[in-house]
Amino acid sequence: MFSLLQEKLEDAFRKLRGTAKISESNIADAMKDIRMALLEADVDFTVTKDLIKAVTETAQGEDVLRTVNPGQMIVKIFHDELVKLLGGGATELDLSPPQRILMVGLNGAGKTTTSAKLASWLKKQGKRPLLIALDLYRPAAITQLQVLGQQLGVPVCVPPAGETDPVKATRAALKWLDEQGGGVAIFDTAGRQEVDDELLTQLKQVRDLVQPSETLLVADAATGQQAVAVASKFNETVTLSGLVMTKLDGDARGGALLSMRQVTGCPVKFIGVGEKVEQLEVFHPDRMAQRILGM
Amino acid sequence: IQRFTKPDIDWDDLEASLIAGDLGPKLALQIVSDLQAQQRKLHGADIVQVARDHVRKILPESVPHLTPFADGRPKVLLIVGVNGVGKTTSTAKLAHLLQHAGHKVVLAAADTFRAAAVEQLQVWSQRLDAPLVKGPPNSDPAAVCFEGYEMAVKTGASFLLCDTAGRLHTKHNLMEEMKKIHRVLGRKDPTSPHEIILVVDATTGSNALQQAREFHKAIPLTGLIVTKLDGSGKGGVLVPIQQELKVPTRFIGLGEKVEDFQAFDSKRFVDELL
Ligand SMILES: Nc1nc2c(ncn2[C@@H]2O[C@H](COP(=O)(O)OP(=O)(O)OP(=O)(O)O)[C@@H](O)[C@H]2O)c(=O)[nH]1
Ligand SMILES: Nc1nc2c(ncn2[C@@H]2O[C@H](COP(=O)(O)OP(=O)(O)OP(=O)(O)O)[C@@H](O)[C@H]2O)c(=O)[nH]1
Ligand SMILES: [K+]
Ligand SMILES: [Mg+2]
Ligand SMILES: [Mg+2]
Repeated sequence: MFSLLQEKLEDAFRKLRGTAKISESNIADAMKDIRMALLEADVDFTVTKDLIKAVTETAQGEDVLRTVNPGQMIVKIFHDELVKLLGGGATELDLSPPQRILMVGLNGAGKTTTSAKLASWLKKQGKRPLLIALDLYRPAAITQLQVLGQQLGVPVCVPPAGETDPVKATRAALKWLDEQGGGVAIFDTAGRQEVDDELLTQLKQVRDLVQPSETLLVADAATGQQAVAVASKFNETVTLSGLVMTKLDGDARGGALLSMRQVTGCPVKFIGVGEKVEQLEVFHPDRMAQRILGM
Repeated sequence: IQRFTKPDIDWDDLEASLIAGDLGPKLALQIVSDLQAQQRKLHGADIVQVARDHVRKILPESVPHLTPFADGRPKVLLIVGVNGVGKTTSTAKLAHLLQHAGHKVVLAAADTFRAAAVEQLQVWSQRLDAPLVKGPPNSDPAAVCFEGYEMAVKTGASFLLCDTAGRLHTKHNLMEEMKKIHRVLGRKDPTSPHEIILVVDATTGSNALQQAREFHKAIPLTGLIVTKLDGSGKGGVLVPIQQELKVPTRFIGLGEKVEDFQAFDSKRFVDELL
């Protein structure tokens, strides 16, 4: 897939490559194009600013102007900077006891689907996944998880009939888990907006009960400038351990991932690349940086 | 000499605010340079108001209401969009709004693909007491809409609302499936579907413009519903969508309940954008 951001960056660098001698102002011009491209890719405004600053400094420090091929040099600096931003830290799923994964995020991001995808992935690893439905709000959210669990042959814990309090449902689920005799439990929570204090407090209560080994923020690849606020608010509330970006099978450039990575410091653990349960991939910072840069 | 005493305008700050609202960097820059061109006439203190007026001028002053046909034919609304934006919820909200205005509504659950998508709309249909037409899992969504039309005629409903499956605009086969729904509805009434509404999530950034372009290319959109404006996403991308495609925003979603729904008001929208 050839994204607009890639095209833009290629353009910017092609311009640089074409010039025999590159001046400071050539670099400044390229940076303007890159800035535009990053913003169009939905990288956060401030994150973009910092990124451009860092790359410009490195470019000056390495005396790019004197190298044989300054364009390529800047591409490399950019690539390395993006990999550094996107990567770092362990990207393996933490399956240490109590082997509990809490899925959180905005409405419609892909939490329920990703819960099922993770269950399928764990099953293939020879683990015993268990799905726990904690979305008591969205119509048929429980049925959705039940259907997916059934398709996968994975046990699904549903809340007691008529239960409307997710905190009570969590207590019931933990009891259910005790009876299951081990396994990796995936808790699917209701979607919520990061400005909804009441729902965030509720999520924190659920988190405190679950004491998860992994708390994954599920985010849509098409997320715009809201990304920083979302990631920092969820991180503040439930202390995230990882990010999952969904819907990367589309043409959204996914710049929000850079921002979320930057603001939380959490590694990206998986990416979603389709609606089907097997369409989950391990995240490769290098590939993502290359995808962004069109290399 | 007089003009140098005027308070400074922080152009970077203005650009940052426009971009933060997901208006897109191109339009943001264009607005900044348009305003810079008339800098002499501007005070730092009114720059926000001037920028608001500038954005508001791009948006239509009023948008058409949803009215039933006088001859009793059902008016057909097709609700489309990418995955998870809020189509099903918005379908329920529209049904509620129309019922509130005294109209009879039939719902067609044309998402036969996603797990429990039918059940989700079924819950809403029970809560709203609106008849629902559905098909078996993975059945032809066009057939469900066709049956929905017959049900609407039979029950004398003024509106048929068709909720469709989420589809990324990049997936050829899914876009073709949607075109088929469009075609099949046209067999009952050549002017149907009468409204084709793209649901756009205010959380989305620049990709929403691309979504709108592709959906509009496949079937002619008559309006947008912008959802999740209760979050911090400002939905600014509806402005370049209006500017480029002339597809107006008709309604906004402000929460998960059926009442959290309003007709689009450009003044309020722009005031909250900036
Ligand atoms: N194309 C594509 N669609 C996806 C992906 N992940 C999820 N989806 C779709 O996105 C939509 C929303 O997914 P859900 O799993 O219901 O999202 P959610 O976060 O649980 O939603 P709420 O519980 O309502 O907040 C569904 O149509 C999914 O099929 C992905 O990686 N690619
Ligand atoms: N906060 C908020 N949530 C909303 C709004 N509209 C819809 N939602 C939520 O967004 C999530 C997805 O909504 P759906 O109506 O299932 O979205 P959809 O487009 O039908 O999803 P698919 O059919 O899977 O593509 C649910 O959690 C809804 O409750 C809104 O205006 N505000
Ligand atoms: K919002
Ligand atoms: Mg869910
Ligand atoms: Mg739906």
